[in-house]
Amino acid sequence: MRNLDEKALTAKEKKAKLGPDVDISSYGSETVSHDYVENLVSLSESDKARMILAGVDAHEKERSGTFIQKDTAVIHSRSKQEGLEVMSIKEALEKYDWLEEYYWNLVSVETDKYTSLAQLDLQNGYFIRSLPGSKVTNPVQSCLYLAKENLSQNVHNIIIAEEDSELHIITGCATSEHLQRALHVGISEFYVKKNAKLSFTMIHNWSEQVMVRPRSVGRVEEGGLFLNNYICMKPVKSLQMYPTTHLVGKGAVSRFYSLLVGSPGGEIDVGGRVLLEAEETRAEIVSRAITNGGKIIARGDLIGEIPGIKAHLECRGLILNGGNIHAIPELQGNIDGVEMSHEAAVGKIAQEEILYLMSRGLSEDEATSTIVRGFLSVDIPGLPPGLKAEIDRAVEQSDKEVM
Amino acid sequence: MLHIEDLQVKLGDKEILKHIDLEINPGETHILFGPNGSGKTSLLMTIMGYPQYKVTGGKIFFKGEDITHMPVNERAKMGIGMSYQRPPTIHGVRTRQMVEICAKNKVDPEALAAELNCSEFLERDINAGFSGGEIKRSELLQLTAQDSDLLLFDEPESGVDLENIVLIGNTISHLLQRDFKIDPEKTQKERLKERTKMGLIITHTGFILDYLTADKGQVLYNGVLVCASNPREIFRTISKVGYEECIRCAI
Repeated sequence: MRNLDEKALTAKEKKAKLGPDVDISSYGSETVSHDYVENLVSLSESDKARMILAGVDAHEKERSGTFIQKDTAVIHSRSKQEGLEVMSIKEALEKYDWLEEYYWNLVSVETDKYTSLAQLDLQNGYFIRSLPGSKVTNPVQSCLYLAKENLSQNVHNIIIAEEDSELHIITGCATSEHLQRALHVGISEFYVKKNAKLSFTMIHNWSEQVMVRPRSVGRVEEGGLFLNNYICMKPVKSLQMYPTTHLVGKGAVSRFYSLLVGSPGGEIDVGGRVLLEAEETRAEIVSRAITNGGKIIARGDLIGEIPGIKAHLECRGLILNGGNIHAIPELQGNIDGVEMSHEAAVGKIAQEEILYLMSRGLSEDEATSTIVRGFLSVDIPGLPPGLKAEIDRAVEQSDKEVM
Repeated sequence: MLHIEDLQVKLGDKEILKHIDLEINPGETHILFGPNGSGKTSLLMTIMGYPQYKVTGGKIFFKGEDITHMPVNERAKMGIGMSYQRPPTIHGVRTRQMVEICAKNKVDPEALAAELNCSEFLERDINAGFSGGEIKRSELLQLTAQDSDLLLFDEPESGVDLENIVLIGNTISHLLQRDFKIDPEKTQKERLKERTKMGLIITHTGFILDYLTADKGQVLYNGVLVCASNPREIFRTISKVGYEECIRCAI
């Protein structure tokens, strides 16, 4: 651990390659304590409302476990199912010596000042693990909640789907209604073992002055499937992330879907990168971006290292109300016999589509919102119906604000 | 009733419809003939209210109301519906949803789709990768759900395979209250009297006439309605000598 601190110190001032630089010293990181909550139903109505938007069900209905961290304090953490572990990362590091092998193994602590911060000033984060062979079909819900003004929330999460297991996680990050300025730094490391299936659906609800710097890397072994869905439809000051997945075992599959809505004054820079490093691996990156006046950079990077791999990247952007969308799809085939493709399109809603719907009786506004909702409704194969419904709900919610 | 009076329309800078007079009475179906580029689709789009077709003169009345400058959706609400030749693809909007929009949730999309051989693409994005025939069937499915009073068909039989042409012909006939049926309660004359639906159908091949009776044929040539006569007679002339004869008539 001391070694990690040393490494982290070397990166303390290291600016990230992408995204506007954040002055970390302008945020506080003092411990903000909150009482542990036995029953989520007893949370305040306004907190509950914000968490619901991020996919948290207070009744924990059809959830296999819950983890909630408010500011720096873990206020709820439990697993409802055998074969599933849910706890704080600090607790997990104490409990399992072997976890050190996983900690900062995929994400390098020297990446930039944000990874450095997450090491030197770690508050907490979650550890979620499905044990070998266990099928956790109901999703685990987790929420990282920001309520303290001007806080820098620094978390580190580790998710492990052991061999032959199945794990679904819905995780929301949200801010309290009145919070204005804050910073969120989140490190996530995903381990998908042999023949395991992991779906990770992240719904973000930030507010206008929040800066967000997640750093995440996943590793998928033979026959494993990693579904990574990211939804950010609420205003955010600046969000920059470029989650990366390594497909290291034969037949491993990764899909990354993102739905982004940019608002005036906000800047979103989100990409997905998949390295196809083993035979018969497959990857798909799909992104849908809508801007209402904000700036969105939608990146995608597929890197093929082995003959016979297949990968596709699709990036569509819609400019509704000013703002700009910069799509940067990249393909790198480093050997003969890779099959990689991309399609990208940025534009406005076609008048022809609006009129077609109007001729079926919809008003112009109704037609526009039907098209926007359609644009955002991507079919995500392998996602349980409950999570699909959560995504639809997020789209439905944002739809009202987009219009 | 649809009543068009001295209609002049421009698309961009080009005058595409010139002094059109047309009247379709309740219960009447008209067939619209004309060579490529003569303005047939433009006439339908203008009646539907597409804003790029600029009305520079004349008026359109529907059910007694001046609709010349009415937006598309209000015309739809008044009872005008259209089957498009090349409708746009809308990603993420399923055919089922289109049916629900058209019917305002008043019909069961599944049952209707089964009737019109559309079940297999009910869950597909509207028009995405549809074959020519699927597009026509999907258009008819939507029109049936919409239950309009004036139905505009832009080449409903083009690209349709033989297997489905009967289905399409019969569906249009039914939509226009023209299917043949012996009703013990009513005489043919009485049934005819109760016919209210109006139709305007563009056809290139004339195949549609094998399945459907029509009251009048119209020939549009270079933006001008040059002939109104028996549709079968017009079709026979065009089949034999092309539109040459129409030009001769026009002069």
